[in-house]
Amino acid sequence: MKTEPKTATLPAYDVVVIGAGPAGMACATEASRAGLSTLVLDEQPRPGGQIYRDIEASDSGRRGILGKDYEAGAHLASGLRASTAEYLPGAVVWNIDSEKQIDFSAGGGSRSVKAATIVVATGAIERPTPMPGWTLPGVTTVGAVQILLKTSGVVMEDLVMVGSGPLLWLAATQLIAARTPPKAIVETVPAARYREAAKHLGKALPGWRYLAKGFAMMREVKRAGVPVHRDAEEIVIEGETAASAVSFVSGGKRQRIETAHVALHQGVVPNQQITRLMNCRHRFDKSQRAFLPVLDEHFETSVDNVFVAGDGAGIGGAKSAAMRGRLVAMRVAEKAGRPVSGERETLKAALRKDAAVRPLLETLYAPSEDTLSPADSTLVCRCEEITAGQIREAVALGAPGPNQVKSFLRAGMGPCQGRMCGLAVSEIIAAAKGEEPSSVDYYRIRPPLKPLLLSELADFGAEEAPRQAAE
Amino acid sequence: MPQRIDGSGETVRFTFEGREIAARAGETIAAALIAAGETTTRESVVSGAPRGPFCMMGVCFECLVEIDGVPNRQACMIAVEPGIAVSLQKADEVAA
Amino acid sequence: MQSDAIVIGGGLVGAATAYGLAREGLTVTVLDEGDVAFRASRGNFGLVWVQSKGDGYPDYAIWTRKSADLWPGLDAMLKDETGVSTAYQKPGGLHFCLSEEELENRKALIARLHNVHGAANYGARVLDRQEVHAMMPGLGPDVVGGTYCEHDGHASPLYLLRALHDGLKRRGGRIVADAGARDISRDGDGYAVTTPAGTFRSERIVLAAGLGNKPLGEKVGLNLSIAPLKGQILVTERTRPRLDMPTHVVRQTGEGSIMIGDSHEDVGFDVSSSSDVMAMLAARAIRMFPFLTDLRIVRSWAALRIMSPDGYPIYQQSETHPGIFSVNCHSGVTLAGSHALALAPMIAKGELGEELSAFSARRFDAPAN
Repeated sequence: MKTEPKTATLPAYDVVVIGAGPAGMACATEASRAGLSTLVLDEQPRPGGQIYRDIEASDSGRRGILGKDYEAGAHLASGLRASTAEYLPGAVVWNIDSEKQIDFSAGGGSRSVKAATIVVATGAIERPTPMPGWTLPGVTTVGAVQILLKTSGVVMEDLVMVGSGPLLWLAATQLIAARTPPKAIVETVPAARYREAAKHLGKALPGWRYLAKGFAMMREVKRAGVPVHRDAEEIVIEGETAASAVSFVSGGKRQRIETAHVALHQGVVPNQQITRLMNCRHRFDKSQRAFLPVLDEHFETSVDNVFVAGDGAGIGGAKSAAMRGRLVAMRVAEKAGRPVSGERETLKAALRKDAAVRPLLETLYAPSEDTLSPADSTLVCRCEEITAGQIREAVALGAPGPNQVKSFLRAGMGPCQGRMCGLAVSEIIAAAKGEEPSSVDYYRIRPPLKPLLLSELADFGAEEAPRQAAE
Repeated sequence: MPQRIDGSGETVRFTFEGREIAARAGETIAAALIAAGETTTRESVVSGAPRGPFCMMGVCFECLVEIDGVPNRQACMIAVEPGIAVSLQKADEVAA
Repeated sequence: MQSDAIVIGGGLVGAATAYGLAREGLTVTVLDEGDVAFRASRGNFGLVWVQSKGDGYPDYAIWTRKSADLWPGLDAMLKDETGVSTAYQKPGGLHFCLSEEELENRKALIARLHNVHGAANYGARVLDRQEVHAMMPGLGPDVVGGTYCEHDGHASPLYLLRALHDGLKRRGGRIVADAGARDISRDGDGYAVTTPAGTFRSERIVLAAGLGNKPLGEKVGLNLSIAPLKGQILVTERTRPRLDMPTHVVRQTGEGSIMIGDSHEDVGFDVSSSSDVMAMLAARAIRMFPFLTDLRIVRSWAALRIMSPDGYPIYQQSETHPGIFSVNCHSGVTLAGSHALALAPMIAKGELGEELSAFSARRFDAPAN
């Protein structure tokens, strides 16, 4: 059976932006302003991404708690709404082929579009934080705590925050503003890190606003009387059927705090699912301790006309994300032969300034040794319950990397499709082999990017004739 | 216990394991469950160990629940609706 | 480094052969590729399948059946030696027909294979609509009949591979990763294999590098006509036990996932998963098992089968380079029993037996007329 290629009849766009966080919103707005036909596909029901989650729905009370930086998202969201870009919320992309046909699920059915250029603006996810007890109910990420606050105004009275990073301090001050300060902060930054980070202070000065904000947040936590346990290690979350306490070693002795709610954080890392699916080249960034797509100066990947904007290109924060989104749109317009906005150079300078603080933050808040090399008995793959020790055994058996480990153990084969363990698995294998994660690499990512109902997949085929005869 | 910081919003009622839950219109099932003090939403298909919402952004798949008899739904990605019956995703109903 | 045998390729074919050689008392080194090798083993559907194999090629029917008979023993020894279960089960297997025409063709095939195995020996029978629906509850109305064979079974390809690697190591074998063979040259009475991980020496070499056998074979006087054939598999989330036995396109794993295969695409070395084929597989599976409608696909796999021109294996010792054997086939799970426990002893003795003469590469030589 020979049929016409279905791609001929698909809706086509100059640019398809995947994700409606700061980068996606800014990129789509700028691209449509430049006259490019633009489609935005986003999983969430409303624009904002995770950082500006529910920005349009939040009232002045909640915005007051979440702070000025959160409010900045409102302008981006209204910009997107006012633009000519087509915005499709609730759209889950599950496959993209090498011809840039994007298959996505929306409203219970799957459809396809063709893109001349794809902008991946899927942002960041929280770094895996394997430690004893991290799978107990009541334990969440710090990001989850923020999402609860943004979307539902829900807070915990007895929250203990464990880990490190700017997001942890930000969430703590937001909880204080909501009159529910965390019960304690257990910070995993080793004392020596402050001295190492101080070396980057000079170069970080253009980003003095961030530094000032950081110090202000720490002062606020202190003023609120929140106990901060510094230089904590050997963290264990206790509990039988749910979290009941956090114990850790700080100041040379083991301490224990009773709580039913623990929030973990070791920084955020680029969400690589789409760039991996599209076989874009990646590298391991030692400073960010994460895999990043290899990009040219205009944020274009190794695959022609596939760009990454925002934190997916390397963690830079919401402000940088929006600027990178605009810069990507300008480059796409330029490649399409349109005049380049005179703002580009100004934007680039602003981006450099905004990024100045990053080396300091990356040094200070590098992930803790405990989470990078968890004890043998610690679960790493939460879905399939695979421990760090089993991963090390598989390496000893000869598995050269995460894909063989996956097939030996089923690590990464559960419903999260490796998102929650991938980076940790690569780190553990690399350490076991005495190599760097760059040579070990990462899980191969295959469709569907998110679980997909079999009936929906079958109907997807029925609507459009297959491109290749089956036999 | 979890608290709500603002009183506004329309209330939507549904059940979890037969218990009535009062949620805010527009919020996700996972948020409503956490607000109601329900932190366990599924049993691990491997060991049967209890699990609950972890990332709240659709990444970790820990918040899988059964909604009106349909298993493996992501509670953090689906908005509450009046009258839905949500239950724990139990291990024995998923795997041997 | 010197060993009694070098096996090039650490997939199911190489690992089964290497494990078998180690059982014969040889010191074995497996030279494996890196983490992202094409590795057909990872895309294997996991059937130990007899019922339709070897139609028109009796030697293959018999070789396949032999492997199925050796499987319970292989499974037991691997479990015993390594503690790893391959999840092997032999409840028999079902093939479904979705039209009367398909069923008629199937009947004829079963009749032909009866003649190969002998009716008493074959263990396959044709099922009409009532029989097939009684044997497999939950089938859709489009299934008009099918065939059942008691020698069919299934196993986890991934656990099988791990058990073979583990078993080989416990018998003193070595598996060297990131050691894809670049060249094979004569070295005294034996051969030297150069790899990025160093040079390895042996008098006996088994080429089990899948599609990589072709360029390696050319260096040692083996003209191997093999090409890739893409196969795709869908894997669902876990569900409660729904299927008592494997079928030719749908099976339930020990963990509870449902695997859905199989497609044939002649598309070269492309292992991306195409949405169209995924959709076609989903639609066909739902026709057979309507309950699948409500399950979610969590993974898909595409891998490359190794196909000879007639689709049957090639087992060949080089005439110009004695001691170098090549193994070329798909169905690495089904044939694991034969590879470990029948082929490996022959290679250990230095001679492929008479039962493998039908699988010589010479059958593809231009006819002399």
